[in-house]
Amino acid sequence: MDAAIVAGSSCSSSNKVVSMADFGDEPHVLAVDDNLIDRKLVEKLLKNSSCKVTTAENALRAVEYLGLGDDKKNSTTAADIASKVNLIITDYCMPGMTGYELLKKVKESSNFREVPVVIVSSENIPTRINKCLEEGAQMFMLKPLKQSDVAKIRCDVLNCRG
Amino acid sequence: MEVGQMQRTWIEYTKSLFSEGFLDAQFTQLQLLQDESNPDFVVEVVSLFFEDSERLLNDLTRALDQPIVDFKKVDAHVHQLKGSSSSIGAQRVKNACIGFRNFCEQQNAEACLRCLQQVKQEYYLVKNKLETLIRLEQQIVAAGGSVPMEELSF
Repeated sequence: MDAAIVAGSSCSSSNKVVSMADFGDEPHVLAVDDNLIDRKLVEKLLKNSSCKVTTAENALRAVEYLGLGDDKKNSTTAADIASKVNLIITDYCMPGMTGYELLKKVKESSNFREVPVVIVSSENIPTRINKCLEEGAQMFMLKPLKQSDVAKIRCDVLNCRG
Repeated sequence: MEVGQMQRTWIEYTKSLFSEGFLDAQFTQLQLLQDESNPDFVVEVVSLFFEDSERLLNDLTRALDQPIVDFKKVDAHVHQLKGSSSSIGAQRVKNACIGFRNFCEQQNAEACLRCLQQVKQEYYLVKNKLETLIRLEQQIVAAGGSVPMEELSF
Protein backbone atom coordinates (compact mmCIF):
# COMPACT_ATOMS: atom_id res chain seq x y z
CA MET A 1 0.00 0.00 0.00
CA ASP A 2 1.45 3.31 -1.01
CA ALA A 3 1.88 6.04 1.56
CA ALA A 4 -1.15 8.28 1.65
CA ILE A 5 -0.01 11.74 0.78
CA VAL A 6 -2.55 14.34 1.71
CA ALA A 7 -1.85 17.94 0.89
CA GLY A 8 -3.66 20.89 2.40
CA SER A 9 -5.74 23.05 0.12
CA SER A 10 -3.11 25.79 0.17
CA CYS A 11 -0.67 23.51 -1.57
CA SER A 12 -1.19 23.59 -5.30
CA SER A 13 0.64 24.51 -8.44
CA SER A 14 0.04 28.18 -7.74
CA ASN A 15 2.29 27.85 -4.73
CA LYS A 16 2.17 30.19 -1.86
CA VAL A 17 5.76 31.41 -2.01
CA VAL A 18 7.53 30.66 1.20
CA SER A 19 8.50 34.15 2.29
CA MET A 20 11.76 33.43 3.96
CA ALA A 21 15.38 34.23 3.39
CA ASP A 22 16.47 32.61 0.17
CA PHE A 23 17.89 29.23 1.02
CA GLY A 24 19.57 28.70 -2.33
CA ASP A 25 19.71 25.04 -3.18
CA GLU A 26 20.08 23.73 0.34
CA PRO A 27 17.01 24.28 2.49
CA HIS A 28 17.44 23.74 6.19
CA VAL A 29 15.04 21.20 7.61
CA LEU A 30 14.28 20.54 11.26
CA ALA A 31 13.26 16.88 11.63
CA VAL A 32 11.56 15.87 14.88
CA ASP A 33 11.02 12.22 15.83
CA ASP A 34 11.43 10.25 19.06
CA ASN A 35 12.41 7.09 17.18
CA LEU A 36 16.15 6.79 16.63
CA ILE A 37 15.89 4.74 13.44
CA ASP A 38 13.34 7.11 11.93
CA ARG A 39 15.57 10.08 12.72
CA LYS A 40 18.49 8.48 10.97
CA LEU A 41 16.34 7.55 8.00
CA VAL A 42 14.73 10.96 7.54
CA GLU A 43 18.10 12.64 7.90
CA LYS A 44 19.57 10.52 5.10
CA LEU A 45 16.53 10.97 2.87
CA LEU A 46 16.73 14.74 3.32
CA LYS A 47 20.49 14.90 2.78
CA ASN A 48 20.03 12.89 -0.40
CA SER A 49 17.67 15.66 -1.49
CA SER A 50 20.30 18.33 -0.84
CA CYS A 51 18.88 19.57 2.41
CA LYS A 52 20.71 20.64 5.52
CA VAL A 53 19.27 18.74 8.44
CA THR A 54 18.92 19.35 12.16
CA THR A 55 17.23 16.58 14.12
CA ALA A 56 15.42 16.79 17.45
CA GLU A 57 14.45 13.78 19.54
CA ASN A 58 11.24 15.30 20.85
CA ALA A 59 9.01 18.35 20.48
CA LEU A 60 10.45 20.09 23.54
CA ARG A 61 13.93 20.03 22.05
CA ALA A 62 12.48 21.39 18.81
CA VAL A 63 10.77 24.20 20.74
CA GLU A 64 14.05 25.03 22.49
CA TYR A 65 15.97 24.99 19.23
CA LEU A 66 13.50 27.33 17.61
CA GLY A 67 13.55 29.63 20.61
CA LEU A 68 9.84 29.25 21.28
CA GLY A 69 10.38 28.16 24.85
CA ASP A 70 9.36 30.11 27.93
CA ASP A 71 12.94 31.06 28.58
CA LYS A 72 12.86 34.42 26.81
CA LYS A 73 16.53 35.09 27.52
CA ASN A 74 17.64 32.59 24.93
CA SER A 75 14.96 33.20 22.36
CA THR A 76 16.74 35.91 20.38
CA THR A 77 19.93 33.98 19.73
CA ALA A 78 18.14 30.74 19.05
CA ALA A 79 15.65 32.51 16.80
CA ASP A 80 18.49 34.02 14.81
CA ILE A 81 19.97 30.61 14.16
CA ALA A 82 16.63 29.06 13.52
CA SER A 83 15.40 31.87 11.24
CA LYS A 84 17.03 29.80 8.59
CA VAL A 85 14.73 26.81 9.19
CA ASN A 86 12.82 26.41 5.95
CA LEU A 87 10.76 23.37 6.83
CA ILE A 88 9.76 21.36 9.87
CA ILE A 89 9.01 17.66 9.52
CA THR A 90 7.60 16.18 12.67
CA ASP A 91 6.29 12.84 13.83
CA TYR A 92 2.79 12.99 15.26
CA CYS A 93 3.06 10.49 18.13
CA MET A 94 5.72 11.61 20.56
CA PRO A 95 5.85 11.43 24.35
CA GLY A 96 5.27 14.69 26.20
CA MET A 97 4.36 17.16 23.47
CA THR A 98 2.88 15.66 20.31
CA GLY A 99 3.66 16.74 16.77
CA TYR A 100 0.22 18.33 16.65
CA GLU A 101 1.00 20.46 19.70
CA LEU A 102 4.32 21.42 18.17
CA LEU A 103 2.50 22.42 15.00
CA LYS A 104 0.19 24.68 17.01
CA LYS A 105 3.10 26.33 18.79
CA VAL A 106 4.84 26.98 15.48
CA LYS A 107 1.72 28.46 13.90
CA GLU A 108 1.13 30.67 16.93
CA SER A 109 4.62 32.11 16.77
CA SER A 110 5.24 35.34 14.86
CA ASN A 111 8.73 34.21 13.90
CA PHE A 112 7.83 30.80 12.54
CA ARG A 113 4.21 30.75 11.47
CA GLU A 114 5.24 30.93 7.81
CA VAL A 115 7.50 27.89 8.10
CA PRO A 116 5.77 24.94 6.46
CA VAL A 117 5.19 21.99 8.74
CA VAL A 118 4.83 18.44 7.49
CA ILE A 119 3.37 15.91 9.89
CA VAL A 120 4.30 12.24 9.55
CA SER A 121 2.67 9.28 11.26
CA SER A 122 2.69 5.51 11.10
CA GLU A 123 -1.08 5.53 11.50
CA ASN A 124 -3.59 6.47 8.82
CA ILE A 125 -6.34 8.09 10.89
CA PRO A 126 -8.53 10.53 8.91
CA THR A 127 -9.60 12.59 11.93
CA ARG A 128 -5.95 12.99 12.88
CA ILE A 129 -5.01 14.02 9.36
CA ASN A 130 -7.83 16.58 9.13
CA LYS A 131 -7.00 17.99 12.53
CA CYS A 132 -3.42 18.63 11.44
CA LEU A 133 -4.34 20.13 8.11
CA GLU A 134 -6.89 22.41 9.75
CA GLU A 135 -4.26 23.60 12.19
CA GLY A 136 -2.07 24.60 9.25
CA ALA A 137 0.09 21.60 8.43
CA GLN A 138 1.18 21.76 4.81
CA MET A 139 1.10 18.02 4.37
CA PHE A 140 0.50 14.79 6.20
CA MET A 141 2.46 11.70 5.23
CA LEU A 142 2.58 8.09 6.28
CA LYS A 143 5.71 6.48 7.68
CA PRO A 144 7.98 4.95 6.75
CA LEU A 145 9.05 7.69 4.37
CA LYS A 146 10.54 6.81 1.02
CA GLN A 147 12.81 8.84 -1.23
CA SER A 148 9.82 9.66 -3.47
CA ASP A 149 7.96 11.11 -0.47
CA VAL A 150 10.84 13.42 0.32
CA ALA A 151 11.15 14.39 -3.34
CA LYS A 152 7.48 15.35 -3.29
CA ILE A 153 7.96 17.44 -0.16
CA ARG A 154 10.99 19.11 -1.71
CA CYS A 155 9.00 19.95 -4.81
CA ASP A 156 5.59 20.83 -3.43
CA VAL A 157 6.54 22.49 -0.19
CA LEU A 158 9.94 23.97 -0.92
CA ASN A 159 9.41 24.64 -4.65
CA CYS A 160 11.64 22.46 -6.81
CA ARG A 161 15.04 23.96 -7.24
CA GLY A 162 18.04 22.57 -9.15
CA MET B 1 35.07 -18.71 -3.38
CA GLU B 2 35.38 -16.25 -6.21
CA VAL B 3 33.55 -12.94 -6.36
CA GLY B 4 31.01 -13.93 -9.02
CA GLN B 5 29.94 -16.92 -6.94
CA MET B 6 29.63 -14.79 -3.81
CA GLN B 7 27.55 -12.24 -5.69
CA ARG B 8 25.20 -14.94 -6.97
CA THR B 9 24.84 -16.29 -3.42
CA TRP B 10 24.04 -12.78 -2.22
CA ILE B 11 21.38 -12.28 -4.88
CA GLU B 12 19.68 -15.60 -4.11
CA TYR B 13 19.83 -15.05 -0.38
CA THR B 14 18.41 -11.54 -0.63
CA LYS B 15 15.58 -12.70 -2.87
CA SER B 16 14.69 -15.46 -0.42
CA LEU B 17 14.48 -12.99 2.45
CA PHE B 18 11.92 -11.02 0.48
CA SER B 19 9.93 -13.99 -0.77
CA GLU B 20 9.76 -15.51 2.71
CA GLY B 21 8.44 -12.23 4.06
CA PHE B 22 11.30 -11.44 6.42
CA LEU B 23 11.95 -8.20 4.60
CA ASP B 24 9.70 -5.90 2.60
CA ALA B 25 10.14 -3.03 0.15
CA GLN B 26 11.24 -0.65 2.87
CA PHE B 27 14.50 -2.58 3.19
CA THR B 28 15.12 -1.98 -0.51
CA GLN B 29 14.67 1.73 0.19
CA LEU B 30 17.49 1.49 2.73
CA GLN B 31 19.75 -0.30 0.26
CA LEU B 32 19.06 2.36 -2.35
CA LEU B 33 20.07 5.05 0.13
CA GLN B 34 23.54 3.60 0.48
CA ASP B 35 26.11 5.33 -1.70
CA GLU B 36 29.77 6.34 -1.82
CA SER B 37 29.22 9.17 0.64
CA ASN B 38 27.63 6.71 3.05
CA PRO B 39 28.89 3.22 2.17
CA ASP B 40 27.92 1.74 5.56
CA PHE B 41 24.46 3.20 5.79
CA VAL B 42 22.59 -0.12 5.84
CA VAL B 43 24.92 -1.62 8.43
CA GLU B 44 24.56 1.50 10.59
CA VAL B 45 20.78 1.50 10.47
CA VAL B 46 20.55 -2.23 11.02
CA SER B 47 22.92 -2.01 14.01
CA LEU B 48 20.79 0.76 15.51
CA PHE B 49 17.75 -1.42 14.98
CA PHE B 50 19.39 -4.33 16.83
CA GLU B 51 20.36 -2.15 19.79
CA ASP B 52 17.02 -0.41 19.95
CA SER B 53 15.01 -3.61 19.62
CA GLU B 54 16.93 -5.49 22.28
CA ARG B 55 16.43 -2.63 24.69
CA LEU B 56 12.69 -2.58 23.92
CA LEU B 57 12.37 -6.36 24.26
CA ASN B 58 14.02 -6.15 27.70
CA ASP B 59 11.69 -3.34 28.69
CA LEU B 60 8.70 -5.36 27.49
CA THR B 61 9.79 -8.44 29.40
CA ARG B 62 10.14 -6.37 32.57
CA ALA B 63 6.85 -4.56 32.07
CA LEU B 64 4.90 -7.78 31.56
CA ASP B 65 6.59 -9.34 34.58
CA GLN B 66 5.06 -6.81 36.98
CA PRO B 67 2.34 -7.99 39.37
CA ILE B 68 0.13 -5.24 37.98
CA VAL B 69 0.80 -4.70 34.30
CA ASP B 70 0.84 -1.15 32.99
CA PHE B 71 -0.66 -1.79 29.55
CA LYS B 72 -0.15 1.77 28.40
CA LYS B 73 3.54 1.41 28.98
CA VAL B 74 3.61 -1.98 27.25
CA ASP B 75 1.73 -0.51 24.29
CA ALA B 76 4.15 2.42 24.09
CA HIS B 77 7.11 0.04 23.83
CA VAL B 78 5.37 -2.09 21.20
CA HIS B 79 4.51 1.06 19.24
CA GLN B 80 8.21 1.97 19.17
CA LEU B 81 9.22 -1.50 18.07
CA LYS B 82 6.54 -1.54 15.40
CA GLY B 83 7.83 1.79 14.13
CA SER B 84 11.46 0.74 13.98
CA SER B 85 10.78 -2.61 12.37
CA SER B 86 8.51 -0.95 9.83
CA SER B 87 11.19 1.63 9.01
CA ILE B 88 13.84 -0.93 8.23
CA GLY B 89 11.50 -3.31 6.46
CA ALA B 90 11.48 -6.11 9.04
CA GLN B 91 8.00 -7.15 7.98
CA ARG B 92 7.38 -10.15 10.22
CA VAL B 93 8.47 -8.29 13.34
CA LYS B 94 6.20 -5.41 12.38
CA ASN B 95 3.24 -7.72 11.85
CA ALA B 96 3.83 -9.44 15.18
CA CYS B 97 3.74 -6.01 16.82
CA ILE B 98 0.41 -5.14 15.24
CA GLY B 99 -1.24 -8.17 16.85
CA PHE B 100 0.50 -7.39 20.11
CA ARG B 101 -1.00 -3.89 20.27
CA ASN B 102 -4.51 -5.28 19.94
CA PHE B 103 -4.01 -7.39 23.05
CA CYS B 104 -2.58 -4.41 24.92
CA GLU B 105 -5.78 -2.58 24.15
CA GLN B 106 -7.77 -5.51 25.51
CA GLN B 107 -5.50 -5.57 28.56
CA ASN B 108 -4.99 -9.30 28.11
CA ALA B 109 -1.76 -10.11 29.95
CA GLU B 110 -1.57 -13.75 28.92
CA ALA B 111 -2.08 -12.99 25.26
CA CYS B 112 0.50 -10.21 25.54
CA LEU B 113 3.04 -12.65 26.91
CA ARG B 114 2.39 -14.97 23.99
CA CYS B 115 2.82 -12.04 21.61
CA LEU B 116 6.07 -11.07 23.25
CA GLN B 117 7.38 -14.58 22.66
CA GLN B 118 6.36 -14.37 19.05
CA VAL B 119 7.93 -10.95 18.56
CA LYS B 120 11.17 -12.17 20.15
CA GLN B 121 11.20 -15.17 17.86
CA GLU B 122 10.67 -13.08 14.76
CA TYR B 123 13.25 -10.58 15.90
CA TYR B 124 15.98 -13.17 16.45
CA LEU B 125 15.17 -14.79 13.13
CA VAL B 126 15.50 -11.56 11.17
CA LYS B 127 18.55 -10.56 13.16
CA ASN B 128 20.24 -13.78 12.17
CA LYS B 129 19.26 -13.32 8.53
CA LEU B 130 20.46 -9.72 8.39
CA GLU B 131 23.77 -10.60 10.02
CA THR B 132 24.28 -13.31 7.41
CA LEU B 133 23.42 -10.88 4.62
CA ILE B 134 25.82 -8.25 5.92
CA ARG B 135 28.57 -10.83 6.28
CA LEU B 136 28.06 -11.86 2.65
CA GLU B 137 28.31 -8.23 1.57
CA GLN B 138 31.49 -7.70 3.54
CA GLN B 139 33.05 -10.80 1.98
CA ILE B 140 32.22 -9.55 -1.51
CA VAL B 141 33.76 -6.15 -0.82
CA ALA B 142 36.82 -7.69 0.85
CA ALA B 143 37.38 -9.78 -2.27
CA GLY B 144 37.38 -6.61 -4.34
CA GLY B 145 33.87 -6.94 -5.73
CA SER B 146 30.77 -4.83 -5.38
CA VAL B 147 27.35 -5.76 -4.06
CA PRO B 148 25.05 -6.17 -7.10
CA MET B 149 22.09 -4.07 -5.84
CA GLU B 150 20.91 -3.53 -9.40
CA GLU B 151 20.04 -7.22 -9.67
CA LEU B 152 17.22 -6.79 -7.18
CA SER B 153 14.44 -6.09 -9.62
CA PHE B 154 11.62 -8.45 -8.74
